[in-house]
Amino acid sequence: MTTATAARPVTARRTTDRSAAESRLATKLVAPAVILMLLVTAYPMLQALYLSLFRYRLTTPGEREFVGLNNYTTALTDSLFWNDLFNTVVIMVVSVAVELVIGFAFAMVMHKIIFGRGVMRTSILIPYGIITVVSAFAWQFAFSLNNGFVNGWLSWLPWISPDTNWFGSHWPAMFAIIASEIWKTTPFMSLLLLAGLSQVSEDMLEAAQVDGATWFQRLYKVILPNMRAAIMVAVLFRALDAFRIFDNIFVMTKGAQKTESSSFLTYRQVIEQFQLGMGSALSVLLFLSVLILAFGIVKLFRVDLAQARGES
Amino acid sequence: MATRSQRKQLAVAAILALMAALLAACGGSSSAKPTLNWYINPDTGGQDAVAKKCSTDQYTIATQVLPTDATQQRIQLARRLAASDSSIDLMSIDPPYTAEFANAGYLAPIADRFAAKLKSQSFKSAIAAATWKGKLVVAPFWSNTQVLWYRKSFVDKAGIDMSKPVTWDQLIKVASQNGGTVAVQANRYEGYVVWINALVSGAGGSLVQDAAKGVDAKITINSPAGEDAAKVIEELAGSSAKPADLSVSTEGTASTTFGSSKGAFMVNWTFIWHNYDETDPAVAKDIGYAMYPETVAGEQARPPYGGIGIGVSSFSNHIDLATKAMECITSPDNQGINAELTGNMPASAAGYDYPPLKKLYPPDLLALFQKSLQVAAPRSVTPYWGDISSAILSTWHSPTSVNDQTPQESATFIEQVLKGDALL
Repeated sequence: MTTATAARPVTARRTTDRSAAESRLATKLVAPAVILMLLVTAYPMLQALYLSLFRYRLTTPGEREFVGLNNYTTALTDSLFWNDLFNTVVIMVVSVAVELVIGFAFAMVMHKIIFGRGVMRTSILIPYGIITVVSAFAWQFAFSLNNGFVNGWLSWLPWISPDTNWFGSHWPAMFAIIASEIWKTTPFMSLLLLAGLSQVSEDMLEAAQVDGATWFQRLYKVILPNMRAAIMVAVLFRALDAFRIFDNIFVMTKGAQKTESSSFLTYRQVIEQFQLGMGSALSVLLFLSVLILAFGIVKLFRVDLAQARGES
Repeated sequence: MATRSQRKQLAVAAILALMAALLAACGGSSSAKPTLNWYINPDTGGQDAVAKKCSTDQYTIATQVLPTDATQQRIQLARRLAASDSSIDLMSIDPPYTAEFANAGYLAPIADRFAAKLKSQSFKSAIAAATWKGKLVVAPFWSNTQVLWYRKSFVDKAGIDMSKPVTWDQLIKVASQNGGTVAVQANRYEGYVVWINALVSGAGGSLVQDAAKGVDAKITINSPAGEDAAKVIEELAGSSAKPADLSVSTEGTASTTFGSSKGAFMVNWTFIWHNYDETDPAVAKDIGYAMYPETVAGEQARPPYGGIGIGVSSFSNHIDLATKAMECITSPDNQGINAELTGNMPASAAGYDYPPLKKLYPPDLLALFQKSLQVAAPRSVTPYWGDISSAILSTWHSPTSVNDQTPQESATFIEQVLKGDALL
């Protein structure tokens, strides 16, 4: 779509035969790309909007019925929708907060280390190279009552016994899900932070040191302010990612013990129950939530994406 | 530089060449012997063997394996069928989704002659599970049921008489007094609904009536029978006979609990008889069996019905051949071969006559399986089973949260879900 608008100024200028022919050719050349983009992005989005106005089940297509905004009111007045949204926000806030701290520590290590730099960086990045479903299974087995090792390792804690069923109630199950999420994506966070860290000028740090600033003062007064843009981009990316959490929940609890996220709810409506109408309505709501979230983070923290790329 | 007309000619030539290539790719492979694709649920080779045996000079049957989980099997089949996928010819369909597929027009009709033959050969519960709106829509292939498995050593120690019908209440009390467990299936999955349905049916009730009315079916789980069922679950979840992993227990984990030192009783499918042969021969020797426990003392237990029916896809390019293949697959002999290899028992009494089965199972166990199938309670046959089952799960899971309010809550919730007034 952007290519189509870029072609416009050319035609706006005073036209010669040659430039008119060129612009016609340009239009023809970009047309396939524009049509393809419309087909693969705009069409499904509009289709979802349209479907969300119907009560429509894949296996009873004959009973399709126009219900207006009913699906939206049903979803927005249902406690399940808000419960799942709350779960999603809890997972997002906790995992991003923990990842930010651990990821920063990892970034410092990767930045400062002199010996075995390659090995250290690789080993920190390994979890991110593992497919989420695989890591979810690994963590599920770890916490499992029948063949897991977590109960054994943590048996010194008073509230953990060999019979502790992590997936048997809400908060322990959420803990397992969040732990897996943190393990999997902290490397991504530290990678983004490492990029920010390497932008902090050594001269400023040396100047601060000469002025007698302690390590903590250098961290708080020099490093962090200079990394603000990178930190905000990292938080934005990870928050949007975490908000769409699905794989871990699907593998570990299948949504049992009220551990469902908003994406999982949408998945169940569309894929499991074939409720194309309600599922589309939920997809639209999910899309709007992500949009609001992104907008909120960008506004609230005044993230300047250009600055993060070093273009300031 | 080429003139405009030259460019045009070039473009036309290029398009023609492309079309010719596409057409060539579409053609071919029409003269060869057709392959019928049979989508099967995973097993230990029974359906593969039957597919080989039923392949003829006219066609070859190839098996394609579906996911393990019944819900995922339904999702994959339904999504393909909704898109009119002609690559599916035959399907192994789990009973709860038979009505949904038939109602959506995914299943090719079964000829009256063959339907009559199936009706005369199959168990009553198998026919009930395979019928939608008065017509047989799939051919019963194997029929499974649950029995009560017990550890003989535990029963001797506890001194309970297993030759008479026992109730859930009795089992839970005996197990908790003697340090044993009662293993069931209560994870958030179809297996838990199977248990709930058996409990409610055993108390003379049902989950749904007039299921053929679809959305307007009468939800009857809020009844004295529903309360009896809730009482059993509440009692087990609150007793020391509860397995530690109760809320995530499946057929597999239940068999692990049963094989452990605390194993005492378990309800589970027929495959259990040979489950421990290699892993734990001592447990294998210690297994006893009896009729499924009664929900209410003195009232006939209604064990769960499971199994597979064979359906022919109405989008298949070879419906005639696939129907022939279906007749072969569901013949009593082939049911026997499948049972021998998988432990999934035949859907017909004639299938039980397959000689190797008599070597693999003691005669009184084979008789118990057949007797259980005669009284088994299939889950309600409705195209909305998926919704009803999920709605039951969200109100009855976890088992520790079940109390005397649960049946009423679930009935209200199911009705709301069916009318589209609540999210599921």
